[in-house]
Amino acid sequence: MRSFMTAFGVFWGIFMLIIMSGAGKALENGVLDGVRAFATNSAFFWTERTSVAHAGFQRGRRWEYDNTDIQYIRENVKDVEYLSPRLFGWQQSGNNTIRGERTGSFQMYGDYPDYFKIDRWTPIKGRLINEIDILGNRKVCNIGERVVEVMFAKDENPIGQYLKISGVYFQVVGVIHAETQINIGGGKKEETIIIPFSTMQRAYNYGNVVHFFSVTSQKGTKVSDLEDKLKRILKDRHKIAQEDLQAIGSFNIEKEFVKFSSLFLGIQALTWIVGIGTLLAGVIGVSNIMLVIIKERTQEIGIQRAIGATPAVIIKHIVAESVFLTVMAGYIGLSLGVGVLEILNRILELGGEKLFFRNPHVSLAMGLSSLAVLVLAGIVAGLIPAQRAISIKPIDAIRDEV
Amino acid sequence: MIRLNNIHKSYEMGNNSLHVLKGIDLHIEQGDFVSIMGSSGSGKSTLLNILGMLDNYDTGTYHLAGNLIANMSEKKSAQLRNEMVGFVFQSFNLISFKNAMENVALPLYYKGVPRKKRNQIAMEYLEKLGLKEWASHMPNEMSGGQKQRVAIARALISKPKIILADEPTGALDSATSYEVMNILKEINQEGITVIIVTHEHDIAAMTSQIIRLNDGLIHEIIRNGELKKFQKEFIHGLEPA
Repeated sequence: MRSFMTAFGVFWGIFMLIIMSGAGKALENGVLDGVRAFATNSAFFWTERTSVAHAGFQRGRRWEYDNTDIQYIRENVKDVEYLSPRLFGWQQSGNNTIRGERTGSFQMYGDYPDYFKIDRWTPIKGRLINEIDILGNRKVCNIGERVVEVMFAKDENPIGQYLKISGVYFQVVGVIHAETQINIGGGKKEETIIIPFSTMQRAYNYGNVVHFFSVTSQKGTKVSDLEDKLKRILKDRHKIAQEDLQAIGSFNIEKEFVKFSSLFLGIQALTWIVGIGTLLAGVIGVSNIMLVIIKERTQEIGIQRAIGATPAVIIKHIVAESVFLTVMAGYIGLSLGVGVLEILNRILELGGEKLFFRNPHVSLAMGLSSLAVLVLAGIVAGLIPAQRAISIKPIDAIRDEV
Repeated sequence: MIRLNNIHKSYEMGNNSLHVLKGIDLHIEQGDFVSIMGSSGSGKSTLLNILGMLDNYDTGTYHLAGNLIANMSEKKSAQLRNEMVGFVFQSFNLISFKNAMENVALPLYYKGVPRKKRNQIAMEYLEKLGLKEWASHMPNEMSGGQKQRVAIARALISKPKIILADEPTGALDSATSYEVMNILKEINQEGITVIIVTHEHDIAAMTSQIIRLNDGLIHEIIRNGELKKFQKEFIHGLEPA
């Protein structure tokens, strides 16, 4: 009974370790699920007002990328793997989409097919926009799941139907599902309409303007390096001072990933420190109780040694008992912790919402390593009392009570 | 068999040093039945512990069956104890949560004898000591005499050359004491050296050699013929037993 009360310390330690680690993992899952499908070697560029007067221009100038920038990069920068310019349909706000009596307000983008390789989308029905759509300036569109819900009746097949978007008719060629939660340009990804970039430039009178573009770096090139290189080129092409840090807005997934990764590494480290700390307190408790047990059994140990038990045998017994105690307690803690996480997982799944806290679980490796830690802790907890036990001479031990 | 040469032993008690054995010379042959007597503090238990390799001595030499016993590792002395010596204690020192048979079998466990075999041997020894029916009883269910017989069985099971008994009758009434002494005598007749520490003259008188310790030195050794006289002096009414 006393032993089990003490072992509770170990139980609690391992329980905490499992729960915290599971929770940390869940947070990591939740956050990383949203970005995982994003190409980690991607960077994004947009324009801001200049902040440095340069080449006769005042500061605060508005400027824009155009098709020649894209062409120049395609031809001259070999580090670029995919390049996808984009137009935002900001001008078409309000109920911009009409189909018969149905109207809706959706985000519209003009994109290249390469975009689907950077920020992954999968077609649920139909197909994605392709190169032929771009070359032919076809009036076709891919629509998100929410668009289907709003613009079509439940039993209607949207493929082949037409939507009037800001006054122009587009044929729906695909219903698409976003694999990531990051949406550049804001809004919900389910409420997105994507049309070919070239069509958008013509149909809505954008000329050769490019609002935004995404790139991914070739294998072996760091996307941060590519980002800097492209910025230098673009500044040159648009008469912007190289020291102007504001004029080109950019965003680099790799950097964000590193940030996330180190954050979760930090959480994991904290988990282990706290968990191991609690465990250590438990182990010290076990070690303590072993000392008491040995004190009580001094005579018994003395007899055993008098009739031929070697110190190794005694140590083995004590350590075995200590390991048994810790591992039992730890195992219960481990199972209970995993059980609680499992229940939590069920509850979260029932909730159905996509939370930033998802699928809490501990890996097998985690379980095994904590079990290893337990065995080790048990040995350590047993060794000190065992050493103490054999340091008492057999005669003293036997005489203890006489 | 046992040869002690000028054995000294002192204990550190804080700052004081207690000189317990002040030069013991002793020679015990195989098959002797020896009792060590002396007032308390005369060093008799210490001598027994040294004989049983439970304690170290400071200076001198101790040969057991031709081996010099000095500075042995715990492991080596534990093994030697297991092979050579059987212990019988005043307070029996059975392990309370093991039954009689398991207690008897314990030394064989340390020798690595498999369970079935050692339990079988343990049963043989219990039978020999008339405790067969008590094999599955726990120590606290047995009388003092029975416990001591279990302890003797335990001491015998490893087939030792020497039985060392520290006040084996100290906690027993006189009838049981004689019973135990008779068992020890029988053991001795099988050729095993028996050494007992006692302060009871009638018990000592049943042995064939009495070593009287006084103040850490051997005061006198009474043997054979002289023992007769000793017996006369101290044994009154021993004959009926």
